[in-house]
Amino acid sequence: MAATKEAKEAKEAKATGETLVVNPIDCTGHGVCAELLPELIHVDEWGYPIVDPRPVPPELVREARRAVAACPALALKLMRR
Amino acid sequence: MTTTVNEPAARQTAAAALPRLLPAAPEDLRAHLARYGPTPYRGQAGLLIGDLEASGLTGRGGAGFPVYRKLAIVAQARGRKVVVANGAESEPASRKDEVLLRAAPNLVLDGLQLAAEATGATEAHLYTHHGATPEILRALAERAAAGLDPVTVTITQAPPRFLAGQESALVNRLGGGPARPTFQPPRVTEHGLHGAPTLVQNVETLAHIALIARYGPRWFRAVGTSAEPGSMLTTVYQPDGKCRVIETEIGAPLNTLLTSAPQAQAWLVGGYHGTWLPLPQAAALTLDNGTLRKYGAAVGAGVLAALPSDRCGLAEAARVVRYLAAESAGQCGPCLNGLPRIAAALAELAGPRPRRPVRADVERWAGLVEGRGACHHPDGTVRFVRSALTVFAPELSRHEKGQCSSTNRTPFLPLPHTTLQNGIPTSEDDWT
Repeated sequence: MAATKEAKEAKEAKATGETLVVNPIDCTGHGVCAELLPELIHVDEWGYPIVDPRPVPPELVREARRAVAACPALALKLMRR
Repeated sequence: MTTTVNEPAARQTAAAALPRLLPAAPEDLRAHLARYGPTPYRGQAGLLIGDLEASGLTGRGGAGFPVYRKLAIVAQARGRKVVVANGAESEPASRKDEVLLRAAPNLVLDGLQLAAEATGATEAHLYTHHGATPEILRALAERAAAGLDPVTVTITQAPPRFLAGQESALVNRLGGGPARPTFQPPRVTEHGLHGAPTLVQNVETLAHIALIARYGPRWFRAVGTSAEPGSMLTTVYQPDGKCRVIETEIGAPLNTLLTSAPQAQAWLVGGYHGTWLPLPQAAALTLDNGTLRKYGAAVGAGVLAALPSDRCGLAEAARVVRYLAAESAGQCGPCLNGLPRIAAALAELAGPRPRRPVRADVERWAGLVEGRGACHHPDGTVRFVRSALTVFAPELSRHEKGQCSSTNRTPFLPLPHTTLQNGIPTSEDDWT
């Protein structure tokens, strides 16, 4: 069941080409996104996230959605470019 | 190319001469009507937008975006729409919008009404640095008496902050909030003042629209380059400190506007979000983005300065960057943290024997703030900083040895606080 859901999400991302975007005004530098998704997000020397600007690869879409949902400032978004 | 407007040959020739926007003396409505005739309403939206597309007019507020595209987006939207004439001129070195609003307010107001007609807007605003000046109030009163303006114009004064003229900051201010930028998308053309699609155009851009509506795109293209047609207003600072607002053809040789070596040591093109260019190399360049882009520069809002040879370029850059850091809206982490650090580092580089790692710190912080703000304030600041450190690299070597080539510590580039303490050296210039 989980595998099916993952496959579905992966297919979606491939089709839509979603990328991670930070609203820098809303972002408070909590850093939870970088902990959940170190493959695509790391923090700068002041604790603010630097996100990979490329489309989220299918195998990371699930983690990306988790990071988006976990952001306490609701500053992280998945957007279609 | 084809145009939809009749262009009488005699008028076309006469109107092709510069200046187009700035009369010799300020003109009231009577003089304006005698020179230009009444506001040329089209009675239909598409015609003017088509003419603006054919004219190749780009925004004169700094970003240089094609004007017709923003009009087309707002024109296509449904419901209540808003047009705004942006004369905030929040760049402290720029004077051209102030001069235009004083000399030819009716040209700007013509353009605002034409933009309202073209987009179907029923609400119009004029947002200016100096608020409701006597010239503007008089022009609006005369136009009201003559029944010229279908849409009432509301005047709002912009706060004296560097970012006050940024589109989303402007919309926030008009909405009753602070003049601070917001994260985009959505763009203000889709979701602007109180949610209405909002067209924001620089006042000079609107004045060009008023002329294109009268004389057509072919007339507009008679000066300028084929990629960047028309004229533009520039604010020019010469090494003697004199400031003039000059209307010039886009693509004009920069050395017809600015003094070069030996009186000047470098040129600043595009203002405080702009780029330092070295002399004598820059003397061969022209005032158009096609040329300047190759050197990492852009015309911006037309601020040009020739730094005199007796000043320290690093001290000048440090003063400006300290101001830019203080003008951060403080909303985005990288800008809030990075700009003050960059400013402090530049102040150290402007002084004697800066510590070794400072130059590398600036480069690292520049990389960390670039592209990470809701607005372009960090990007513009970084452009200014990087070009200063490149152009003034020989001076930096002198500072590392405890020397400085300057013989005059009087601040050169205008800043809001330095005008108050005219001639008194700022702390960065203090070598003791």
